[in-house]
Amino acid sequence: MNPWPFIIGAYAVTILGVVGLSLWSWITMRRAEADAENLRR
Amino acid sequence: MHIFANPARFLKLARPLTLWLGVGGAVLIALGLGSGLFLSPEDYLQGESVRILYVHVPAAWLAMGGWTGIALASLSQLVWKHPLAGVAGRAIALPGAIFTALCLITGSLWGRPTWGTYWEWDGRMTSMLILLFLYVGYIALAEADRERGGEGRVTAIFGLLGAINIPIIRYSVEWWNSLHQGQSISFSGGGSSIDTSMLWPLLASALGFSLLFGAIVLMRMRAILALQKVEARMRRLAA
Repeated sequence: MNPWPFIIGAYAVTILGVVGLSLWSWITMRRAEADAENLRR
Repeated sequence: MHIFANPARFLKLARPLTLWLGVGGAVLIALGLGSGLFLSPEDYLQGESVRILYVHVPAAWLAMGGWTGIALASLSQLVWKHPLAGVAGRAIALPGAIFTALCLITGSLWGRPTWGTYWEWDGRMTSMLILLFLYVGYIALAEADRERGGEGRVTAIFGLLGAINIPIIRYSVEWWNSLHQGQSISFSGGGSSIDTSMLWPLLASALGFSLLFGAIVLMRMRAILALQKVEARMRRLAA
């Protein structure tokens, strides 16, 4: 059995998952901190 | 840890640390995965499939490390009433769940060409699946508690009790018959059975994912603290 489709699949799902989680966390944090800052003004 | 009981002091440290952990993690992940894919040799038994372990093993370590962090945060919340402990537990839960899911998915993708099956109900895989359910339960409980305006005590007790699954995952390959191999890496003098050419990309990848996990947890903690600040101000304005 050719293992490369499984290897590429494993790397793709990991990279997409981790990049997606990082970006989502970053955007949520920036939005929440901006809201808190706006409310203080 | 009580030095960081003051959120302002915590934020002062967390802001630069988020960036450094994120950038350091990304560099180490690129180095570890690049080496794992293109430089490290294939295994004599597993062949090319061994390359999947450079993403699977760090995901498994962080899945277990994440719940260990939740358990420590829960203990700190229940015993010492640390004000940031509940925030830390909530911040760890989602990345922990995602790394557990990644561990299960990449493990299945490794199992098919190596064992000939995507899934087997052996002790290690079943206890990892239970860990994913525990994370989902913790997230649901924490969210329900937040909406109710509770102190998170029940969530913390759940976080502490769920830690019983961690040694079960760790020793499952010794306690029950399993398709999984025993421990290959030892930091306690027992020696590692894995070759150095495979060990260093694995360690670079594991350290990189760990640093990025830390950055994600800090980002989520900062978001939760900012949201709490907004909610508190809205309540004051409404009163």
